[in-house]
Amino acid sequence: MKYKDYYNILGVDRSASAEVIKKAYRKLAHKYHPDVSKDPAGEEKFKEVAEAYETLKNPEKRSAYDQLGSHRPGEDFRPPPDWGQQYGNSQHGFDEADLADLFAGLSGGRHRAGPGGAKIRMPGQDYDVTAQISLEDAYRGTQIELNLVVTEPDAKGFMRREPRTFKVNIPKGASDGQRLRLAGKGGKGMNGGRDGDLYLNIMLKPHSQFRVSGHDLYLDLPLAPWEAVLGATLEVQTLGGPVRLKVPANTQAGQQLRLAGRGLPTRQDKAGNLFAIAQIVVPVTSTERERELFEQLAAASKFDPRGPFQREV
Amino acid sequence: MKSEHPEAIWLNEDHEFSLAELAELSGMPESDLRELVDYGAITPVCPEAPTWTFGGQCLLTVRTAYRLRVSFDLEPHGVALTVSLLDRIRELEAQLRDLSAQLPRHSR
Repeated sequence: MKYKDYYNILGVDRSASAEVIKKAYRKLAHKYHPDVSKDPAGEEKFKEVAEAYETLKNPEKRSAYDQLGSHRPGEDFRPPPDWGQQYGNSQHGFDEADLADLFAGLSGGRHRAGPGGAKIRMPGQDYDVTAQISLEDAYRGTQIELNLVVTEPDAKGFMRREPRTFKVNIPKGASDGQRLRLAGKGGKGMNGGRDGDLYLNIMLKPHSQFRVSGHDLYLDLPLAPWEAVLGATLEVQTLGGPVRLKVPANTQAGQQLRLAGRGLPTRQDKAGNLFAIAQIVVPVTSTERERELFEQLAAASKFDPRGPFQREV
Repeated sequence: MKSEHPEAIWLNEDHEFSLAELAELSGMPESDLRELVDYGAITPVCPEAPTWTFGGQCLLTVRTAYRLRVSFDLEPHGVALTVSLLDRIRELEAQLRDLSAQLPRHSR
């Protein structure tokens, strides 16, 4: 069994009072709690902090933990010979167990299900997982594979961490930040309690071409100055394949050209729109002939792009 | 190791939960859920109806509320205030993402 230094995790001395431990926990929880933290590693850190506090806040668990002695974090160790008898865990397989499991059956533990423990109906644990999928997969619908380590009671009622693999069908119509609930696919319930659920947070991977807003998509449409002035019919890529887009004459930079129903599908068999944002691009270098033609245009045109701007100055 | 093919359900307005279901799925007692409704942190689909139902999104809010209550030892009013503020932050972040998507790539 790997040792975890709960005092070190909370940043307190081994002699710290309950009040000091509570304050240290709250400070770290505020920093790492997944519902309030922006730290990508916050959830894992919070789990560590919560596990440490769960044991140290309870006098009986803290005493049991202290009697394991002090070891280096991550060091393999076994509890003292009489530890199991004293804390009612004599049949526990120490080698493969996690440290937190040792204290789960003591007072205040949520998973009191070991031999001699009260038969309280306990729901299984819920799991929250973020799944990143591509825009193409969101458009078509996809199946993803999730690998989780879930906590489940073994045949004797002790909590064990078990690797599990789920194949999840994500129906088409996912948009960024949407949540899916997979009922009963979390941890197993105990003593007749319901099984936990699995919650999937869908995140769309950034796309090289399209930007996502709900079910609408945006893409930049570079136009040559003459295409913007004269109008053009262009081929534009969409998630469903190429389509032809008519660019009207005198299209302005920043103007949005809507391709109705070419965005992400919605749940009601409809679809968002694709907006092509016109961008007028000039050549980096020009040929002699091109410069001549632009000079002729400059001489012939009465167009003044800065008229209102100059009047205000 | 097991392999399963569970079907997923979107948590949105298409899928509604009763008060009892919200309580069971979140771990939050019904009395506390009623307080969240009183403080405006969650709103039933039809508040005047004799039996309340809630849009699927409410389950997410209530689960967050329960986690915050347990992790920070908050009383119901503190929980309601926190989840309301978190919801506002999420709405503003979504608006920011939407506006950012509409900006040409070179100007972002």
